[in-house]
Amino acid sequence: MLIWVFISSGLFLGWKLGANSAANIFGTAVGARMIKFKIAAIIASVFIVLGAVFQGYGAADTLSQLGSIDALGAAFTVSLCSALVIIIMTRNKLSVSTSQAIVGAIIGWCYFTSKHIDYLILTKIVSSWISAPLLGGLFSALLFLMLRKFHLKSKIHLIKQEALTRIALIITGAFGAYSLGANNIANVMGVFINAVSFTIKLGSVTFQSTQVLFFLGSLAIALGIITYGKKAMENIKGEFINLTPESAIVVVLSQAIVLFLFSSSTVSKNLINLGLPTIPLVPVSSTQVLAGSVIGIGLAKGLQEVKLKIVGNILIGWILTPIFSGFLTFFSLFFVNSIFGVAITHKVPIVTNNLSSNAILFNISLEYSPLTFLFFLSIVLIFCTWVFFTYKKSKAKLQENERRWAEQLHFSEFQKALNDIEVNTIHLENDTLATQLEERKKELITYSLNIGQQRELLDSICKSIEKAVNVKNSDEKNLILTNELIRIKQKKSFTTEAEKIYQNAEQAHTEFLSRLLSKYPNLTNQEKRLLVLLRIGLSTKEIAPVLNISTKSVEIGRHRLRKKINLNKDENLIQFVKSM
Amino acid sequence: MLFAKANKSIELIDTFLNCIDQSLFLFKEGVKNYLYNNTENFNNNLLSLANAEIESDKLRKEIERALFTQSLMPQMRGDIMRLLEEMDNIIDQAKKSLFQFDVETPHIPPELIPDFERLTQISVSAAESAMPAAKAYFTEPINVNEKLHRVYFYEKETDVLADIIRRKIFREMPDLKLSEKFHLRYFTLHIENISDIAEKVADLLSIMAIKRIE
Repeated sequence: MLIWVFISSGLFLGWKLGANSAANIFGTAVGARMIKFKIAAIIASVFIVLGAVFQGYGAADTLSQLGSIDALGAAFTVSLCSALVIIIMTRNKLSVSTSQAIVGAIIGWCYFTSKHIDYLILTKIVSSWISAPLLGGLFSALLFLMLRKFHLKSKIHLIKQEALTRIALIITGAFGAYSLGANNIANVMGVFINAVSFTIKLGSVTFQSTQVLFFLGSLAIALGIITYGKKAMENIKGEFINLTPESAIVVVLSQAIVLFLFSSSTVSKNLINLGLPTIPLVPVSSTQVLAGSVIGIGLAKGLQEVKLKIVGNILIGWILTPIFSGFLTFFSLFFVNSIFGVAITHKVPIVTNNLSSNAILFNISLEYSPLTFLFFLSIVLIFCTWVFFTYKKSKAKLQENERRWAEQLHFSEFQKALNDIEVNTIHLENDTLATQLEERKKELITYSLNIGQQRELLDSICKSIEKAVNVKNSDEKNLILTNELIRIKQKKSFTTEAEKIYQNAEQAHTEFLSRLLSKYPNLTNQEKRLLVLLRIGLSTKEIAPVLNISTKSVEIGRHRLRKKINLNKDENLIQFVKSM
Repeated sequence: MLFAKANKSIELIDTFLNCIDQSLFLFKEGVKNYLYNNTENFNNNLLSLANAEIESDKLRKEIERALFTQSLMPQMRGDIMRLLEEMDNIIDQAKKSLFQFDVETPHIPPELIPDFERLTQISVSAAESAMPAAKAYFTEPINVNEKLHRVYFYEKETDVLADIIRRKIFREMPDLKLSEKFHLRYFTLHIENISDIAEKVADLLSIMAIKRIE
């Protein structure tokens, strides 16, 4: 049980590495939507595990030569301090490398335990921090120029080229993941190699502790990619690794080559055989190699493309990370050793399991007091709690953002609906106005026709009178004049026009009429007409010609109406009619 | 098998470009037939052009669907769709102009017929020159700009000739009614529009090629 508590810091470091490095391998491909995140995560996870298990020893061996941490408590502290430094520096938006953090922490441990530091190894490691990005830049510049030449000369159709780019992105991504696993597993589990030793037997196959540790460490990296990689990949927009897919192939490939070279013992042996200087097998920062590769492309395109800010940021990371990590480890070890009495230098005795096929046996627990166990357990618990709350916080933030988006969407939909209503209202108003305009036009036409008819009538009367004047026979003259008089009297009654006026008034007050009839069903037609005309505001003098009666008759009609509807003397008939 | 979908999309794009090329030829022939009163041939050209326009719209939609459903070229598809849209505008304009000949039947004086024929030829040449450039964008972007200079050349020539025709109409033909002059002026503009759209396509292609070479 205790061993899992101790290596949890290494697993956490692996998770963090996976979360940060995912974007370096598949960031552009996923960001540009050329590969789905799920596919990218699966490929990266599988190849990281393969790289770590099959090729992770070289770099891890160099790291253990720098400082052979032989106590689990110390390994736990070193790993934890490195993880803390990474978190703090990432939070402060500083360039940080897991390799530099772990090297700084190992040196801190060496100083604390007064162990001898192999400066030759240290020089090798530090020089790799410079040479790795330089090599990355060199490879990427060369690869970029070659790819561009190929692009310009080949006549592959854009769409086919895009399909090839996708395949190339997957292959280079897989190679990048393999190299990352091979090189960076040393950062995650390197410090535990000398602190723990056991074997696991699964049937006839026996697994050494290093293999198991590397496997677990690579699983932690894969977990980091799966759980946090998507966010990291989405966040690369606008960062220095926001490249075109073609440039991404070059950058990832050069990064993979560099990481492979710094972790492959086969390449190293071949170089020795050829009499060439060897490449040290040390863990290097994938982010810094990537930055070097991006700068390499920039140089290949032209100097103006190089972002000097990136170089400055890397330099700050180079200096700050190991120093900060070293100091933090030194003080943490002091705290752990002095207060809890945790052994930080002695080697843990090993008991190799040869009992059953699946059993693992450790005697580590014998070395530590229950207080120490509780201390480490509490640290692990605190970490787990911190990870849990960070996850919860980021999830809550994500949910909040989603809620805000939904609200905005809802608001915009609401606004759209409001606009639609406004538009509809305006349309309705326009329709009403158009109808009114049409009515006015019709009225105007009617008036014009009336004027025409009146003129025709007057012309006809004039002609008849002229005819009567010219006629000598008095009987005939009287007949013509009498006929014309009848015509004039008929026309004077304006029956048609009066009927029209009443019809218009009735149309406008249909509701009033229905209310009137329901309340006073015994009203005569003439009385109803009178009431409607009163309602539209006509005076007695105006009503008389419309109803073709005298003003006196109108007054009598009003008096009868008052009686019929039982109005008091102080009540006004017009007000009563209008209030109905 | 690996490139089956890619090959299908390539075929669609090539068919679309060929369709536009063919419609330009139909427009040129249509105007010529109108000018020389070959009514039957003109009507055939009109019908074929209308069909070509429908076909090009269909192809464009199919290409758009392929680009989106197969997530092709997410970074470039915006530009490509705009290019296809602009190219589709050429065929739309050609169809619109030829229909205007059919509907409005402008009276073209015999002395202007050779000028109108030449104007149509040059304007169509500008659009035709954009086709190889568009094809080159997909296969050899470095040669796009080299092919585009022909578009700009023909577009300028079209402008000059259209200007000459308009001057001739308004200054040297007093017998024509003002309404006829206006009518003829509009028809020079309709023909000229094809080269203007071709110029827009050329501008777009030029930027797109730079983006690809980078």
